Amino acid sequence: MAEKLALAKAINESLRRALESDDKVLIMGEDVGKLGGVFRVTDGLQKDFGESRVIDTPLAESGIVGTAIGLALRGYRPVVEIQFDGFVFPAYDQIVTQLAKMHARSLGKVKMPVVVRIPYGGGIGAVEHHSESPESLFAHVAGLKIVSPSNASDAYWMMQQAIQSDDPVIFFEPKRRYWDKAEVNTEAIPGPLHKAAVVRPGTDLTLAAYGPMVKLCQEVADAAAEEGKSLEVLDLRSVSPIDFDSIQASVEKTRRLVVVHEAPVFFGSGAEIAARITERCFYHLEAPVLRVGGYHAPYPPARLEEEYLPNLDRVLDAVDRSLAY
Amino acid sequence: MTVESTAARTPRRSAGSKAGTTGTKRTTRTTAKKDAGTQKGTEPQLVQLLTPEGKRVKNAEYDKYVAGVTPEELRGLYRDMVLTRRFDAEATSLQRQGELGLWASLLGQEAAQIGSGRALRDDDYVFPTYREHGVAWCRGVDPTNLLGMFRGVNNGGWDPNGNNFHLYTIVIGSQTLHATGYAMGVAKDGTDSAVIAYFGDGASSQGDVAESFTFSAVYNAPVVFFCQNNQWAISEPTEKQSRVPIYQRAQGFGFPGVRVDGNDVLGCLAVTRWALERARAGEGPTLVEAFTYRMGAHTTSDDPTRYRGDEERQAWEAKDPILRLRRYLEDSNHADEGFFAELEDESEALGKRVREAVRAMPDPDHFAIFENVYADGHALVDEERAQFAAYQASFADEGGN
Repeated sequence: MAEKLALAKAINESLRRALESDDKVLIMGEDVGKLGGVFRVTDGLQKDFGESRVIDTPLAESGIVGTAIGLALRGYRPVVEIQFDGFVFPAYDQIVTQLAKMHARSLGKVKMPVVVRIPYGGGIGAVEHHSESPESLFAHVAGLKIVSPSNASDAYWMMQQAIQSDDPVIFFEPKRRYWDKAEVNTEAIPGPLHKAAVVRPGTDLTLAAYGPMVKLCQEVADAAAEEGKSLEVLDLRSVSPIDFDSIQASVEKTRRLVVVHEAPVFFGSGAEIAARITERCFYHLEAPVLRVGGYHAPYPPARLEEEYLPNLDRVLDAVDRSLAY
Repeated sequence: MTVESTAARTPRRSAGSKAGTTGTKRTTRTTAKKDAGTQKGTEPQLVQLLTPEGKRVKNAEYDKYVAGVTPEELRGLYRDMVLTRRFDAEATSLQRQGELGLWASLLGQEAAQIGSGRALRDDDYVFPTYREHGVAWCRGVDPTNLLGMFRGVNNGGWDPNGNNFHLYTIVIGSQTLHATGYAMGVAKDGTDSAVIAYFGDGASSQGDVAESFTFSAVYNAPVVFFCQNNQWAISEPTEKQSRVPIYQRAQGFGFPGVRVDGNDVLGCLAVTRWALERARAGEGPTLVEAFTYRMGAHTTSDDPTRYRGDEERQAWEAKDPILRLRRYLEDSNHADEGFFAELEDESEALGKRVREAVRAMPDPDHFAIFENVYADGHALVDEERAQFAAYQASFADEGGN
């Protein structure tokens, strides 16, 4: 059935479907029960599935992920919520040293079907620690998979696939897009979780992004089209693994690549993409791979975030610089 | 004949205890309350059923948990401790011979591990640190399986679900949260299995341990926290970890904590059985502090002479867990010379078997690096495996190795 849903509601529906179809699926996190989460992503789930399956936890992120690991060892499939991006770090130890490595440590005998949901990114005028994009800190860790949907339909289906995965998945939710509505077909057959999508075909340059920056890149492509430039927009959807084949295919056509993310450029996913695409497409590239992202500074106070975050003009500027080579 | 029938008549407590009454369950806990804080002169209560001299002392509260222990079972506990110590000594030697990269010895902690390990049912689940060789023995994990990670051929070579014995956890305290989550799952499943989490005095300072106390208390999880306080976290004494006796921490989280003589295998068996019974009965978590001593180095890489004197070690040697059970077995005629001689032979055979198994342990295939990184696969791992294979193959092309 197809209906228009906000991204947050699409995740809510996806979680509901998972709870209905598999008794082993649990929801855990701070305020996920009665309140339905601070963004209401888990709204109504505790009411319908009970406190033993939708679990309000103590305020302790390491405890949330650590107990989720134990529940996974017992055969459960926990979906845990970290309330905000900047609050994941108490759990970082459990995620990196335990969650990511348990399958390998056990020589494959133990599986870790745990989803860690993290609302991330800025642009909502929040206080410190509520606007960060820490995906690269997780992408560097083998054993984890990292995805980030850009729209309601992907949010619905990627959550289904993340819960079905036997690997731990860090699910980065673009919080500033929570209220954006899109058509969600709950009977469609989704594509592979880690495959990128061409959301706008073009011929002159490729813009690659994921999560909250995909919408921006589409706006950039619109603006560039008015100037007669044809930009291709790739929604990467997955940060680990990254679908380099799709980026390569696009760049072999357009010969230019600009990567956009909110996270700091330094050691960001754009750096990895630039390095690999330079290797793969050395003779196709007409310009170095350019990156647009956050600066090497703490995420600024809300009144400054417009300057810190990639915006239409900053991306267009990078497009112009690339095309000038 | 049961153990209880040979018990001494006078209740005993640890030296220096000022509490005026015997250690009934209730008294133990109320005493813990009285002792909470740092009042000068208050000594913690210690459950002890077997003195260092091998005398069985009566304990109104815990005797019933070992009342049915037969002489044969006592000999079994003795055998477990002796074989565990023999295995441990062999592993230390193998490290010295270069066969293992590292070994973390359990010397001195045999009673804490065998007593608690033998209290468990098959369907219970164990979350160890990296020193629970005695508990592994009780669970039926082949000792040679423990050595793979110390030899460097894997990071844990056994199937955790094969013996309900989780992999060794090296990051201090992490496993207490896994145990708590697992126990939450056990409770959801509606079975009366219990979970036990091992950790040490050093780990008691970790946030994860505090969080596991919080979670287990809030969700009333059927978990036993078994802290082996062996007095030393590498070079740091327990005073650097806590201002109160560790078992008293439980009170603040809302569940009982008990200190047991960790070198008394009967005491550890009794107290762990009590704690497991609480878990099965839906009474939630329990903290057991087994007061013991790490007789050896932290690991084979450590040098304890830099931070502790030999007098301390000698004082603890007099409380040796194996010696005291032997005295008791001999005094009560529960074991004869034949038993000890046979066990000696069995020990040597175990040492030989372990030695040979380790020396025969092959290095893993190079491509094991890329195995089991993910359950469902990952494009980058596939790509890098292929690159590695091509690199390896390039040597063959050159006629090299």
